[in-house]
Amino acid sequence: MHDLPGHVKLLAFLAFMVIVVCTPITRWPTFVGYFLIIVLVLTLSKLPALTLAKRATIEFPFLIFAILMPFTAGGDEFEIGPLELSREGSIAGLNLITKATLGVACSMILAASTTSHSLLAGFVRIKTPSLFVQIAAFMIRYLNVINDQMTRMKVARESRGFVATGPRSWPIFTSTLGALFIRSYERGERVHLAMLSRGYSGALSSLATERVSRKHWIYGALFPLFALISFLLGMVLFS
Amino acid sequence: MTIKPSVQISNLHYAYPDGNKALNGVNLTIASKERVALLGPNGAGKTTLVMHLNGILSPTSGAISIADFTLDSSNKEITKKVRELVGIVFQDPDDQLFMPTVFEDVAFGPTNMGLTEGEIEERSVHALELVGMLSLKDRAPHHLSFGQRRRVAVATVLAMEPEILILDEPSSNLDPASRRELSEILLDLDVTILMVTHDLPYAFEICERSLILNQGQIVADDSTTSILRNSDLLTANRLELPRGFAI
Amino acid sequence: MHIPDGFINIPTAAGAAALALTGVGYSVKKAKGELDEKAAPLIGLVSVFVFAGQMINFPVAAGTSGHLLGGALAAVLVGPYAASLALTVVLAIQALLFADGGLTALGLNVFNMSIFGVWSGYAIFLLVRKTLRYSNSALLIGSAVGAFASVPLAATSFSIQYAIGGEGTFAPSTVFTAMFGTHLLIGIGEAIITTLTVGAVLKTRPDLVYGKNKRAKVTS
Ligand SMILES: Nc1ncnc2c1ncn2[C@@H]1O[C@H](COP(=O)(O)OP(=O)(O)O)[C@@H](O)[C@H]1O
Ligand SMILES: [Mg+2]
Repeated sequence: MHDLPGHVKLLAFLAFMVIVVCTPITRWPTFVGYFLIIVLVLTLSKLPALTLAKRATIEFPFLIFAILMPFTAGGDEFEIGPLELSREGSIAGLNLITKATLGVACSMILAASTTSHSLLAGFVRIKTPSLFVQIAAFMIRYLNVINDQMTRMKVARESRGFVATGPRSWPIFTSTLGALFIRSYERGERVHLAMLSRGYSGALSSLATERVSRKHWIYGALFPLFALISFLLGMVLFS
Repeated sequence: MTIKPSVQISNLHYAYPDGNKALNGVNLTIASKERVALLGPNGAGKTTLVMHLNGILSPTSGAISIADFTLDSSNKEITKKVRELVGIVFQDPDDQLFMPTVFEDVAFGPTNMGLTEGEIEERSVHALELVGMLSLKDRAPHHLSFGQRRRVAVATVLAMEPEILILDEPSSNLDPASRRELSEILLDLDVTILMVTHDLPYAFEICERSLILNQGQIVADDSTTSILRNSDLLTANRLELPRGFAI
Repeated sequence: MHIPDGFINIPTAAGAAALALTGVGYSVKKAKGELDEKAAPLIGLVSVFVFAGQMINFPVAAGTSGHLLGGALAAVLVGPYAASLALTVVLAIQALLFADGGLTALGLNVFNMSIFGVWSGYAIFLLVRKTLRYSNSALLIGSAVGAFASVPLAATSFSIQYAIGGEGTFAPSTVFTAMFGTHLLIGIGEAIITTLTVGAVLKTRPDLVYGKNKRAKVTS
């Protein structure tokens, strides 16, 4: 799992999610199948599921939509305690939550099991424009450097007694942002000069790409394949 | 035809686009295989001078020759050739190490030189061995300590096998052991060296000749020993020997 | 505004991805023309700036806080094409390495935020500056209006996608009203942060502000 090449994994997860999103929610046993596949992959990959789950959330506005949907009037209605819920709305809400959760789980596994390096190599393999890959490579390379600078600026602010209190403190943050921009931009210029010094003329020597064997593709394909089987079974059995 | 590398600068002036005059008439000749220290206070123009030596900055007026080539910003061929001859190790290793792994970074220069894959591999491995970093070749630069990053930065330049090696404040922020290890590496190389530094004992250890740059002009050019003995000259240029250091 | 998987159906997502790709391709061409071989390191570092900038939490009230989206800010600082590329890379990295935003929704997100949000914000910025005859404060007012508008406009773009291929029982008009309304508020924050930040950069390195040196040539 960890040593599947980046693009194989990426395409496998994408294919899986396309199948998931295309499945009507009313075929609920199919979704049980999908969840089982995710759990299987998670087990195989030995990733710390709980720590991962913390970072991965569905963004607030979308969550609200999904939660409110059962309350939209229309169609059949049913009651749970004091609540009157629309059947159609509940199904739609469930649909959104289920698929988004599967998506988050999927992205989580992808993110946790893929190194930035194998992702970049994967970009090269699927023929992403070279400028795009280079930008991504530089971003990944300098994220820590700039983050450290940001932490240092924060420490400097706070060790001089700064406490963030509502919008009145915004100018302090924005001057930090401004300084962050200038530092990032100047860093970009210096990096460019350092590249020129070593004979750079626009083309980045291709990032070392991993060897992709047929075995990798087969492993990768298993993931969406199981989903497809689940999808087809669901279609045959529940329509 | 044998190339005889040396640096020749005559009457070099440079003003930054914002009008700041950083270099005001620099004249300088460095012979092949010489090791020269470039001293001077902050803001003297040392980094600006260094950036002229491989055509990254182009003089406002004046001329620069490297070996048999006279730099000319409109001549791409010469610029490319000069960048193969002159290797610059920049002040901040984070500027220099921009590739995802140490090995790819070291291979960046040789690749741009159009070498074969075998040669690229061989040179990169050799350069990493020289600085003692071969075992970390698959690491990401940001997972290295500062001293290790500085060493890799030196390797990225050594892999291009430059005839002239320029280092901008190489000993800054290094712990004593890394500092000594770097000087051992430098003393083992058989190339021309121009080293920018404030670290006078370091200059003394590595370079037989020293220059002092102040306000964009060379104000002293002599053997390192006699420059370091001239305490008035040092004081006038905001340079200081560490307490207790005597020559 | 990172759309998760399952909100918009696959055909619509694929269509948005195709549009996004076209926009990104165009930006690649233009950015290369403007920045030459400097493009990769510079835009790479701009991406870092946007990514890191989004992590700064601005306290609003009673323990809540918000953060910058950065599309209009990046456009004013480095131009619309470099900004589009930077934001696209940020979104891609967020989706692929940080599980932010759905995989199948990446095209939708890139279109809304990196293409439509950035370009519309920048166009409005140019327009305001021109209307104010490039007066001293025009740059800042333009940044404010551009940044403000870019947020509800990106939300509008989402609402249109929902109307075309949304999975849900809400009427598209309800979604539009809700999204537009909340993002009007978010836009105010975005406008303030953007303007103050552009001001901070102007104070120390005015030469770096792309939008300062560009005059609208009234692009049709
Ligand atoms: N990119 C730049 N634009 C304008 N002025 C600069 C730039 N870089 C350096 N300078 C100025 O040029 C002078 C020489 O700088 P520098 O060569 O970096 O000095 P040193 O390396 O000796 O400390 C300083 O006054 C500095 O402020
Ligand atoms: Mg310097």
